[in-house]
Amino acid sequence: MRKLNITKILTVVCLVGFMAFLPAAGAEEYEYIDISNPFLRKIPTAIPRFKNMSENKKGEVLSVKLADSLSKTLAFTGYFKMLDRGAFLADPRNPDITAARINFRNWTVIGSELLLTGGVAADDDYIELELRMFDTFQEKMIIGKRYKGRESNLRQIIQRFCGEVMFHLTGTRGVFNSRVAFVNAEGGVKEIFISEFDGYNPRQFTTDNDLSLFPAWSSDAKWLAYTSYARGKPDLYIMNIKEKNGAVVTRKGILITPAWVPGKFELAATLSFSGDQEIYLLTGRGKIIKRLTTSRGIDVEPTWSPDGKKMAFVSKRSGTPQIYIKNVVSDRVRRLTFEGRYNTQPNWSPRGHSIVFSTMQLGRIDIYTIGVDGKDLRRLTEDQGDNEAPSWSPDGSLIVFSSNREGISKIYVMTAFGTDQRRLISLPGAQTSPKWSPNITNQ
Amino acid sequence: MRKKLWIYLALLVVIPGLIFTVSCAKKVTQAEPSAEETAVEPEVDTAARIAEEQAAQEEAAQQWEMAVEEDIEEQRQAEDAAKEAEMQQDMAAAKQMFENEDIYFDFDSSALEMMATEVLKRKADWLFETADASIIIEGHCDARGTEAYNIALGDRRAESAKAFLVDIGVDESRLTSISYGEERPVDPVANAEAWAKNRRVHFVIE
Repeated sequence: MRKLNITKILTVVCLVGFMAFLPAAGAEEYEYIDISNPFLRKIPTAIPRFKNMSENKKGEVLSVKLADSLSKTLAFTGYFKMLDRGAFLADPRNPDITAARINFRNWTVIGSELLLTGGVAADDDYIELELRMFDTFQEKMIIGKRYKGRESNLRQIIQRFCGEVMFHLTGTRGVFNSRVAFVNAEGGVKEIFISEFDGYNPRQFTTDNDLSLFPAWSSDAKWLAYTSYARGKPDLYIMNIKEKNGAVVTRKGILITPAWVPGKFELAATLSFSGDQEIYLLTGRGKIIKRLTTSRGIDVEPTWSPDGKKMAFVSKRSGTPQIYIKNVVSDRVRRLTFEGRYNTQPNWSPRGHSIVFSTMQLGRIDIYTIGVDGKDLRRLTEDQGDNEAPSWSPDGSLIVFSSNREGISKIYVMTAFGTDQRRLISLPGAQTSPKWSPNITNQ
Repeated sequence: MRKKLWIYLALLVVIPGLIFTVSCAKKVTQAEPSAEETAVEPEVDTAARIAEEQAAQEEAAQQWEMAVEEDIEEQRQAEDAAKEAEMQQDMAAAKQMFENEDIYFDFDSSALEMMATEVLKRKADWLFETADASIIIEGHCDARGTEAYNIALGDRRAESAKAFLVDIGVDESRLTSISYGEERPVDPVANAEAWAKNRRVHFVIE
């Protein structure tokens, strides 16, 4: 409900593009960042403190706070190198925020390629924000937006503008409307929690006081499937996130590792009622549509290609756990991983071209990516404890995973190329099995 | 000769008389209480005492016999109780052994080792003797490897044990399997010894 109100405020009251110049979507906008480039170059970016346009104390405080928040939110993507405000040549107390007044040379000489400016006007109830992004070398504005909202909407307003920035630089709106589900362990009990994309505001989702494992988001981000031992054995729970109701699927044996088919109210999961661990396709109500694997031995951890036509999964059919890809249209299966003797936890990139997974070697677990064609195997973590359970961000630019590098297992995030590894969640217990949601649009 | 004959006659009369006197003492006393009363009196006393003594002895003997009988019964009951206790102890021990004795596996394996099959045969024996018992077969893994794969592996381990028991004749309806993967280690330490202890199938009586 709260989210709905915010969306209404944002769409009805505030979101007013006020500059005439808004470049049409075209290929040349994306040349700032190519996220398929492994040799990622961060864009040197300057974000001076905002201009206080209301000239009151509240505006003064917000002019720093919001500039910091914008800087931090954009930096989360790993694409920007935020320049130190101490090195800025322009007067920090009276920043120029419009193209007509900015001396771009002040920014190019310190190496800043992008300049983001803000103006803030605050009264007792509402806050108005003007946010702009400039290309300092071309001396032109790329984005200009005005927002109006209450103080409680500010985080969302900043995220919305960051989405615009990312859209103009990469062609996708980034991760700012996404969330991360994960398992939190405390005292032998495992519950599923959900936080915002940056780890902010983690909230407990399950309250079974038992073992809840393997959260999986539906592609509209409205449903969460997971395994829970609440009824004494590993059953499959398919829950509507908002209503907190749905189906409990229980059968003989295990029901684990659900994975939703993109764009459908269907999911794959491993069931062992036949005495063998096989992957089945189920309806969102838990009814079996068909069996997807047929080999004797463990078949587990399905993950879907973005078009829903292929499914990667883990199978022990060759003697060790390896990753396979099944084309569910032609029924053909091929083996994807050949290096190592323990490859599990595959997760298919929403960009389609690669699969992230974990390998255990000499007792240590690390994260790799591999092209869907089996080429281009890349190691992303090394010498930092065990690194497990990788999951792509909805734009395919970041990977969330768990690691025991600091002792007990915690949730971390890194770029698709393994750079910028940092802790995401600060909760006291142990955290495992993170799953990044799709971008959430209508909530 | 006449003299001798007389003596014989006298003897013939006197001896049976004497015999008669002794054997029918009471009758004599009752018939002629006057002269012989004092002399006969002790004789009566003795006979009664003997009878009394006899009766007492008989009674004592009987009581002793009863006592003995009772003792034997008590002893038998005690023995039975002891036997019962022993049996119960044996049963409890067998039950405890049943629940305490796990079977173990190699890393990433659900194949039954020789040792495991010996243990499983004992489990089957107990299940045959304890016809009313149902059991839960728990599959577990060590902490190495990844979570989901380990739940699948634990499931296979439990299924291996179950299949073996069914093969040697245990009714499948008495056996339930459940996998905990790596979620419930007996020893949470990260070393080879602990890992070996955790790669197990554990049996619980329902």
